[in-house]
Amino acid sequence: MTFLRIAACVAAAVAVAPAGASIGGAPNPADLEAELVCPTCKTTLDQSDSLVAQRMKAFIRVRIARGWNEEQIKSALVAEFGPGVLAEPPGGGFGLLAWLLPLAALAAGAVAVAFLIRRWSGRRVPEAEDDAPLDPQLERLVDEELARFDA
Amino acid sequence: MKYRARLAAQGMAIGLVALLLILLAWSLLHRDGGGLAAAANRGELPKAPDFTLDRLDRDGELNLASLTGKVVVVNYWASYCAPCKDEAPFLEEVWRRNRRRDVVVVGVDWQDFTGDARRFMRRYGLTFPVVHDGPGDVGFDYGITGLPETYVLDRQGRVVHAIVGAINTDEDRQRLRSAIAQALTA
Repeated sequence: MTFLRIAACVAAAVAVAPAGASIGGAPNPADLEAELVCPTCKTTLDQSDSLVAQRMKAFIRVRIARGWNEEQIKSALVAEFGPGVLAEPPGGGFGLLAWLLPLAALAAGAVAVAFLIRRWSGRRVPEAEDDAPLDPQLERLVDEELARFDA
Repeated sequence: MKYRARLAAQGMAIGLVALLLILLAWSLLHRDGGGLAAAANRGELPKAPDFTLDRLDRDGELNLASLTGKVVVVNYWASYCAPCKDEAPFLEEVWRRNRRRDVVVVGVDWQDFTGDARRFMRRYGLTFPVVHDGPGDVGFDYGITGLPETYVLDRQGRVVHAIVGAINTDEDRQRLRSAIAQALTA
């Protein structure tokens, strides 16, 4: 009875697992195809149907069946086709620039926007000075109005 | 003064955009699919891009420049390319018949698995030097637009003729023979 309950739980867990998730640690071909680039058309393998992409997909499936892990498969493909087959640039060496440059550009943009906002908000329309002399004609009109009001 | 500076900046921006548009139009008009092949077949004798690649027929590397002084037939192929299979026996024949006349056939296995390429070489009995261009960079330098493509280089490393597509008709085969004869006398 306990065995049946455990089996039911496992079956339920597998049923609700995402379709792309790998089971038992084996890499999922669809995931790998989205992370590797066809050297001819420069799109990821899942979007390419070129002859070399088809051959690479077959290579991935065969290596998974032989028990290779993701790193082993990627390393083998890099050895054959160069680092350009990785959709994500490597995290070290020259590849690190691909990660850092967009961040640096974003930071530089933020600094530029902050500088411009500060500069634009600093420009104020000069306020009229309170003690500036009134136009004589206007002053006379104000005096007349005040005199009429007093009367 | 401020107005003039703004006008000048706007003029420069418009000029820059116009220049970029002209460059775009020029590049579109001069696209003839494989610049090197087109230039060679116009008789311009362009210099073939040099390369150093790992050999598949034996250990070590092969440097194209080391073959200066010989006529070189550079053939781009891959194991998954059907027309490459059709022309492979003919290229082997060209190599065997002409190797004593200072003609070298160099196969460039392009964007292919080395294991597949070696199987292809065994199957078709290829004995000429074959190098591996996995990333395809050398092929891109040559401007190849598909597989197979064949370039005939004279003794100075200039491309005298290019054949885009398979050499699978008598006419194609005669073109290659004529190109080799031309390269030997150039």
